[in-house]
Amino acid sequence: MSEETTLTDKKIFTPFNIICGIIIVVGLILTILRFTKGLGAVTNLDHNNPWGIWIGFDLLCGVALAAGGFVTSAACYIFGLKRFHSAVRPAILTAFLGYAMVVLALNYDVGRPWRLPYPIFYSQGTTSLLFEVGLCVFLYISVLFVEYSPAALEWLGFKKIRNLIVRMTLVLTIFGVILSTLHQSSLGALFMIAPSKLHPLWYSEYLPIYFFISSIFAGLSMVIFEGSLAHRFLHHKMDETHLAESTGVALGFAKAASFLMMGYAGIKLIGIAIDNHWHYLATSWGQWYLLEIIGFVMLPAYLYALAAREKNLILARWASVVAVLGIVLNRLNISVIAFNWNLPSAQRYFPSWMEIATSIFIITIGVVAYRFIATYMPILYKHPDYQEHQ
Amino acid sequence: MDTVFYTLQDFMTHSKGITYLVMAGILIALPLFWCFITDRDEKKRTY
Repeated sequence: MSEETTLTDKKIFTPFNIICGIIIVVGLILTILRFTKGLGAVTNLDHNNPWGIWIGFDLLCGVALAAGGFVTSAACYIFGLKRFHSAVRPAILTAFLGYAMVVLALNYDVGRPWRLPYPIFYSQGTTSLLFEVGLCVFLYISVLFVEYSPAALEWLGFKKIRNLIVRMTLVLTIFGVILSTLHQSSLGALFMIAPSKLHPLWYSEYLPIYFFISSIFAGLSMVIFEGSLAHRFLHHKMDETHLAESTGVALGFAKAASFLMMGYAGIKLIGIAIDNHWHYLATSWGQWYLLEIIGFVMLPAYLYALAAREKNLILARWASVVAVLGIVLNRLNISVIAFNWNLPSAQRYFPSWMEIATSIFIITIGVVAYRFIATYMPILYKHPDYQEHQ
Repeated sequence: MDTVFYTLQDFMTHSKGITYLVMAGILIALPLFWCFITDRDEKKRTY
């Protein structure tokens, strides 16, 4: 890490800042439109399609891809794989920001942000899966905030409270695994109430299991992908330990993701067999389904396996891109593309440009926040005052 | 698949039979895949 990169000697008008600035200005205008004129002014949602990409992409993909936090911390602190320790803080930060962006996106979809705490504190719908998801996300984002806070506290110089929180690491990790298991699977279970709306190839009684297992390799892939971006753009912020361990982290996670993805493809096959849905594979929907499973699950699994065998870091990084795209495709298929599949095409949903721009705006806020935190706080390096600590 | 089922028993027998065959295939394929992933790893002594 070089100390000479400070705010003062950096240019303000870099291409990154200009593009982010434009996106944020457009996003703020759309935010005003959304909260003053309502959903109809900015979205193509209707009574047939009440959930669009703000749920299908921002929420479902955001939650799945933020699973790297609990996967990495469980690998390191519960399973004792200390060689992955340097990946924990970046993964926790990505997860925390991911969930924060999920909650932000949820506000755009449901509106009236001041009522967001109502389901938790005022009117609990304890028989609803959405209540369970909401409660778990509320608790898990709190856990992630506490797990992330030592980095901020080291930056601010609050040693005592930082040391207290570090002592709770194992408990927080166990909480994180429990809460993630609950809500990752419940997000899949949400779609089990719509067997007539979701295409039979994607609908299954095993949806909670599919969502949970796919979230694990989504998290692993996201850690590899985020690590490759950090190497490209924040290389100067990494210390020796981080640089030395990063290849082992990527190849270790590639090996785990590869085996999990092949297992996932296997249980998807079992899902088709138990429901006897083989005949749907011969339709155009079947070809789309096979593209998802073969092109975006089995192919990256094979690439990961090759990368782990050959110790090929570049291949592992490319495989992570395909795997992340595969998770996005899967969640969009279930929530948008194969949802209401039997409606006439005129009644099908396609997002408006303002919905897409709002999603890009939310992702951009997350990227800018990550860059700010990773630049100033000890995420990719150990703070000089805490070298001997975990 | 054009198989016609007249009873739930027929359907369950057929679909479960295929499922068990698929599961057997997966149980054979996954350990082989694990060997493919790990066969170039350095062997660790476990004794």
